[in-house]
Amino acid sequence: MNIIEVKNLVKKFGDFTAVDDISFDVEKGQIFAFLGPNGAGKSTTIKMLTTLLKPTSGSIILDGFNPTENPNEVRESFGIVFQDPSLDDELTAYENMEFHGVLYRVEKKVRRERIKQLLEFVELWDRKDSLVKEFSGGMKRRLEIARGLLHHPKVLFLDEPTIGLDPQTRNHMWKYLQDLNKSEGITVFFTTHYMEEAERVAGKIAIIDHGRIIASGTAKELKENTKTDSLEDAFLSLTGKVIREEESTGADRMRVHHKMWRR
Amino acid sequence: MIGSLAQPILFLVALGYGFGSVFQKAGQGNYIEFLAPGIIGMAIIFSSIFSGMEIIWDRQFGFLKETLVAPVSRFSIMLGRTFGGATVATAQGAIVFLVSLIAGFRPVNWFLMPVLLVVMFLVALLFTALGTMIASRLDDMQGFQLIVNFLVMPLFFLSGALFPLDNLPKAIDVVIHIDPLSYGVDAFRFLLIGTSHFGFATDVFALLAFTLIFLALGSYSFSKIQI
Repeated sequence: MNIIEVKNLVKKFGDFTAVDDISFDVEKGQIFAFLGPNGAGKSTTIKMLTTLLKPTSGSIILDGFNPTENPNEVRESFGIVFQDPSLDDELTAYENMEFHGVLYRVEKKVRRERIKQLLEFVELWDRKDSLVKEFSGGMKRRLEIARGLLHHPKVLFLDEPTIGLDPQTRNHMWKYLQDLNKSEGITVFFTTHYMEEAERVAGKIAIIDHGRIIASGTAKELKENTKTDSLEDAFLSLTGKVIREEESTGADRMRVHHKMWRR
Repeated sequence: MIGSLAQPILFLVALGYGFGSVFQKAGQGNYIEFLAPGIIGMAIIFSSIFSGMEIIWDRQFGFLKETLVAPVSRFSIMLGRTFGGATVATAQGAIVFLVSLIAGFRPVNWFLMPVLLVVMFLVALLFTALGTMIASRLDDMQGFQLIVNFLVMPLFFLSGALFPLDNLPKAIDVVIHIDPLSYGVDAFRFLLIGTSHFGFATDVFALLAFTLIFLALGSYSFSKIQI
């Protein structure tokens, strides 16, 4: 059974086509890697799947619902870890979890139990009363994963979840996610630039470039089709070695300044 | 919060004492008394427009993003944010009021102070909603400077916060009539020193009307936010 079905999805920004007629399916309970060079359309696709951006044309079905027509039903069925942290720094870890639980209307008793269970799971229970602004990047990421799982989502989206994390934290994080995938049958949809990571954990991989999906299958299939030994080589043979020039967006420019701007 | 209070206090002290004797000689009475309500308005407008405009970065890097993917209506998120921002701005206005007491200001009737607080909140709500409306349509900080220079500054300087509204050139007078802050400052002045240019009822009516319009437009723009 497919939990995500994307058909002929297109997103244009003015003249620029960020996502150009892509179609793919993700099976329930799968760990799905969505790979591509910078500016290929990965984040744009995730934003359309998660109701943050409206497609120009094409259709998306996530857990039986269309994000454009039934945003709230879709929102209840996924959790997300963004590329940039979206925690409230002035609240404690526990308060961030609590707030999320209230937003998603998780019943109080269930919420309390689940928060404890998840914070223990990502090994942050003993820091539950610390303010998030005192946390390291890795701890924030772990907290965001715990938060994204609080409302029992069917799909967890992770947009470059391991960027800037050391190998210890990265391995730890994938161990949690693989355990969860097994124990709760949760579908994981992630993007990354670390090919060995995708090769190791993903059951299925899709490679997107210039807004089009140019290959998909298991890591083994991709390697066989391109006659290469590693996913990294397969990726390079499919997408070429040219370094992508990506125009900086408003978000990139702000990423530099937002710390100063913040009171 | 402390940092953003420095500017209004500087205005109050520098202008208040600096122009005090000129103002008195022109036969307009005590300038600190005249100025204090205007500076309260200044603290509120800056704080509330900025808090509305925080959406620009908040939707990319901040907590707002978390709420935008939650199964909650955009309208309630916008309303919650706006009330939060307005509360902080009101507190800042109240602090400026307390500081003006130190500078020698005395309100004519202490029993009107609760009413003042309500009107301050209304003004704060109005400008937070305006900030939200603008920020929902901007996608980076480039536009921010533009808004400050071409909107916030004129709104403040052309509101009668610093000077009396009598005998002004026609063009300025027109601008003052469409500047929502004019009515806010005028209402503060009525409640604090008992004088008013437009009349308190007109002030409150205008403020309510502007607030409702900006809340409606603000929540519409907010509901259309895409990241």
